[in-house]
Amino acid sequence: MRIFKPGMNIQFVRVRYIAITISLILILSGVISLIVHHGPNYGIDFRGGTMIQVRILKPTNIAEIRKSLQGLKLGEIVIQSIGGKSSNEYLIRLEKSSTSLKGISEIVKERLAQKFGLKNVVIRRVEMVGPKVGKDLRRKGLWAIVFSMIAILIYITWRFEFWFAIGAIVALAHDVTITVGVFSLTNKQINLAIVAAILTIIGYSLNDTIVVYDRIRENMKKLQKISFADLVNQSINETLSRTILTSLTTLITVVILFLVGGGVIHNFAFALIIGIVVGTYSSIYIASPVVLFFEPYGRNKKGARAKASAGRRVAASRPKPSKPLVSSSTPAAEPAIEVSPASQEAPAAPSKPATKSSSKKKKRSSNNKKKRRKK
Amino acid sequence: MFRDLRIRFTIIILLTMGALFALAPSLTNNLPDWWKNSVHKIKLGLDLQGGMHLILEVEAEKAVESYMERTLNDLQSFLKNKGVLVVSADRKGLDIQIKYVEAGNKDIVPSLITNRYPELEVLKTTRQAGHGEITLTINPKQKAAMERSAVDQALETIRNRVDQFGVTEPDISRQGKDQILVQLPGIKDPERAIKLIGKTALLEFKLVDDEHSLEEALKGNIPPGDEILYQRIVDPDTGAVTRKPYLIKKKTLLTGDVLKDARVRINSQYGEPYVAITFDSRGAEEFEKITAKYVKKRLAIILDNNVYSAPVIQERIAGGRAQITGNFTAQEAHDLAIVLRAGALPAPVKILEKRTVGPTLGEDSIRRGITSVIIGGLLVVVFMAFYYKLSGVVADLALFLNVIFILAILAAFRATLTLPGIAGIVLTIGMAVDANVLIFERIREELWIGKTPRAAMEAGFSKAFITILDANVTTLIAAVVLYQFGTGPVKGFAVTLSIGIVSSMFTAIVVSRAIFDLAFEKRRIRKISI
Repeated sequence: MRIFKPGMNIQFVRVRYIAITISLILILSGVISLIVHHGPNYGIDFRGGTMIQVRILKPTNIAEIRKSLQGLKLGEIVIQSIGGKSSNEYLIRLEKSSTSLKGISEIVKERLAQKFGLKNVVIRRVEMVGPKVGKDLRRKGLWAIVFSMIAILIYITWRFEFWFAIGAIVALAHDVTITVGVFSLTNKQINLAIVAAILTIIGYSLNDTIVVYDRIRENMKKLQKISFADLVNQSINETLSRTILTSLTTLITVVILFLVGGGVIHNFAFALIIGIVVGTYSSIYIASPVVLFFEPYGRNKKGARAKASAGRRVAASRPKPSKPLVSSSTPAAEPAIEVSPASQEAPAAPSKPATKSSSKKKKRSSNNKKKRRKK
Repeated sequence: MFRDLRIRFTIIILLTMGALFALAPSLTNNLPDWWKNSVHKIKLGLDLQGGMHLILEVEAEKAVESYMERTLNDLQSFLKNKGVLVVSADRKGLDIQIKYVEAGNKDIVPSLITNRYPELEVLKTTRQAGHGEITLTINPKQKAAMERSAVDQALETIRNRVDQFGVTEPDISRQGKDQILVQLPGIKDPERAIKLIGKTALLEFKLVDDEHSLEEALKGNIPPGDEILYQRIVDPDTGAVTRKPYLIKKKTLLTGDVLKDARVRINSQYGEPYVAITFDSRGAEEFEKITAKYVKKRLAIILDNNVYSAPVIQERIAGGRAQITGNFTAQEAHDLAIVLRAGALPAPVKILEKRTVGPTLGEDSIRRGITSVIIGGLLVVVFMAFYYKLSGVVADLALFLNVIFILAILAAFRATLTLPGIAGIVLTIGMAVDANVLIFERIREELWIGKTPRAAMEAGFSKAFITILDANVTTLIAAVVLYQFGTGPVKGFAVTLSIGIVSSMFTAIVVSRAIFDLAFEKRRIRKISI
């Protein structure tokens, strides 16, 4: 089976301004939501406070639980039902945390036990974070994100070019902002696990971006005659099937986590879902166009070096020269029926090229170029 | 690289066998003992097996403060012995201020003090009309050393207490300058454990001041050198708690550091539990002296500034034995005996962070995690086989090996598997096929431009390699940062993610390549099912 036909040429680069507009709208609505909500909705990890997950074996509801906790002077109390109606499981979040030995959870348990009976109250999980630790964790979390970005910037500059690194970082900042924005819009809390998810998104989205960059680097060596914009576009197209496929398999597993993983992992998986979708989009529509934007500054000065070193690397990894073709075995043995959503946009695949391998790529690209010009 | 197919397969098979060897004890109990002893089960995090995670802060400055309080008392009697008339002596935080009458024309007091107490530093001296005033504080080096040792000692004491409490595989370690991390897996009653760990357990023997009126003192006229402390009395019938006040002389006669042992005993008359304590030889001697000196006076037994009892000393007590009574439940008496045996904390501790997970929630999480791994894995496997046919099956095999490798490495290195860790494995399953997707797409491209299957396969693998390397290194960077930053469960996620990245590169590049090569060498296949 094959969804993406070889030689297809979707004009990603041409619509980059539309894509950037869409991204800006997404980012802005997230930022506005953040401003309206006075910053991110931090969970107790970052704000300090107490969270108690409790299962009550009698049928009850949030209002009754709230009533039983009245007059405790524990600050704002948020009660939330989790895991569906039948599970009778609730999350109680309290603004206060206690550093003394008699824990808040014990006080809450006593109150609930008075109301529902000691046997019917099962404390499943308690998390208490003091305000000092919360602040500390918030700082550490922010630094973790910043540090990983710097490390990545250095690595990409080393392996590619500085402008590529800028493109990757812009794409990452884009993904992180949108994910945080969506969390703010849906009023979900940001805790340690969500920061972990964000760091994973950084790594993951980068994975996609690098694959495209890698192809750009390779094509810069091979296709010197076409414009850089066309080169970028062609590179995106060539790696498109891989980008979509990998995102799809990863998305499958993360959606399963979201559905099956249970309350503790629910928001974590949600962040990953957003991140993977946005990350895939950004490596196609954001990361490469940014490189394109900076290209006039970067290519003349550094291009030669980058090209040369990329060439060395590729040459070093080349396999032994391929054996001459003997049989006429059909190389692309595919079923006749194929679904190709992209085929309407893409020009028809060029006819199977000649078997001489040396000048093939160039020919194909110049074919493509001619077709594009005709459009 | 390993050009020879046979060598490559030998390595792969050896690694797989090694992985299965490391993994087997986690899957089944029916194994010979030598096997189970050489590799352990996968260690589960607190969030999966239930338990408690605590971060405590030792208020080390308090230890220095109490040291200064003792020094203050000591100083006063020292100066008295040297014939210096002390007008007043006060402590403010870590500073000591002493006013005295000057005897000679040369002020010898500062040098007297600094000779006797080298750890003290003179902040200020003033002389005025026959009166001298000196302000002293502890020297910063000494203070730092004292604080360090207070944290060390607290760590040791908490470790002792937990050991006696009986928790399997506790993890108690120092974190940063003054924090202690306590992890108690599988603990049933977290609140009780917190009380046991966090109790300062400073046992003191002080005299009850019967010369002054308690009523007056309660009105606010506390005689100098005295304090009011309370006894907590629980009515056995109603359970109501009342607090009984005592007027106590501040001076500590004896502390709990001279204890040799503490045991729970049951009062034969009423069947009430109490704690019998035994002093060491120095303590016994002191105790005998005290009881001889204060016959017919009341001696208060005070734990963490709570009066437990205040019996009248009937006669001199030799032999170094005493008992602490109070309305104890058997459990309270048992825990009190533990903390007394393990010794007092040198300074109070504060709870900075507490996370407890009940065992039922942990089981739930494991079940859900495993279900996610299986469903997610199956979907990906089916998708790959459907999309890439036989080549997809090869990738599936690599994927399967990958999961085995991850779990085996976790078991072999005693790394902890947490719930986010399981999520990491699920995520890795999705991402692990990435390397194969990259390779396969490349092979398809190469086929399309007309290469032979064999050449296309070789070109596909070698061209995709650099891409795979670059892409994975960047993800690894994020994972390493995550490990540095994360606590507990999040660390577990970083660990499985990192292991997953490395092992997926191995399985995707080395293992699937070997299978392809085998197919071309031995089967002499003409085309690739891709």
